[in-house]
Amino acid sequence: MFELILFIFFAIIAMVSSVVMITRPNPVIAAIFLILNFFALAGLYLLLNAQFISIVQVIVYAGAIMVLFLFVLMLLNTKSEIELLSAKKKIKLFAAGIAGFVFLQLAYLIFYTAPLNKLSQNVTMSVKAGTIEQIGTLLYTDYVLPFEAAGFLLLAATIGALVLAKKKFE
Amino acid sequence: MTIIPIEYYLIISAFMFTVGVTGVLIRRNAIVVFMSVELMLNSANLTLVAFSSYLGNSVGQVFVFFVMTVAAAEAAVGLAIIIAIFRNKLTVNIDEINIFKW
Repeated sequence: MFELILFIFFAIIAMVSSVVMITRPNPVIAAIFLILNFFALAGLYLLLNAQFISIVQVIVYAGAIMVLFLFVLMLLNTKSEIELLSAKKKIKLFAAGIAGFVFLQLAYLIFYTAPLNKLSQNVTMSVKAGTIEQIGTLLYTDYVLPFEAAGFLLLAATIGALVLAKKKFE
Repeated sequence: MTIIPIEYYLIISAFMFTVGVTGVLIRRNAIVVFMSVELMLNSANLTLVAFSSYLGNSVGQVFVFFVMTVAAAEAAVGLAIIIAIFRNKLTVNIDEINIFKW
């Protein structure tokens, strides 16, 4: 029962904050609501017994990536989109309608066609799957090559960001 | 202990994904478009973690780890590109950035 209440709490925060994020004209407020959304997702990961992913979500996403976003937002000092909900109203409603249609299709697929009813959570196995031990073992044995590639990707991204942001290009 | 059906997690993920798509389509600020893409990446992560947990298999969570790595790299490079564009055009409004349009 307690688990269900927590689930509903985090689910509502995640969904409402995502909608609020795309409808706020001020980009800084949008970024703050995105951070709230990431924290709600970290709570959902904990409910799914994924401890490691939950902590990494808070540290990497809500910590590092969103600080980078907020830093750039405040550096560029961009204006609010005052005409967000007034200009080009028809075409924006059309875009939202298409997205809503996609959502209905996904909901139909999830609830009526996919054979998920055979899937029930085995608590001991699920807890074991989320531990740092288990993930670390997999990362350093079966997935050691992708792990090194990810490190190399981060190095390349660091150098690329430095080169791109260093000086004015013609 | 109550068991939450996996469909609930999947429907939250589907909802967040469509909200992210809507954000990419209706917003004009390049940085907010970028944040909507992050939202879509996170909804995919939620699906991966849900299936990983319900199947009792860690591989899904390893994959989420790699998705986060790629998202961090993408955010760094993308924001650097936005800064470079801002230096040249003094705007991040994607309606006004049309140098490739002819």
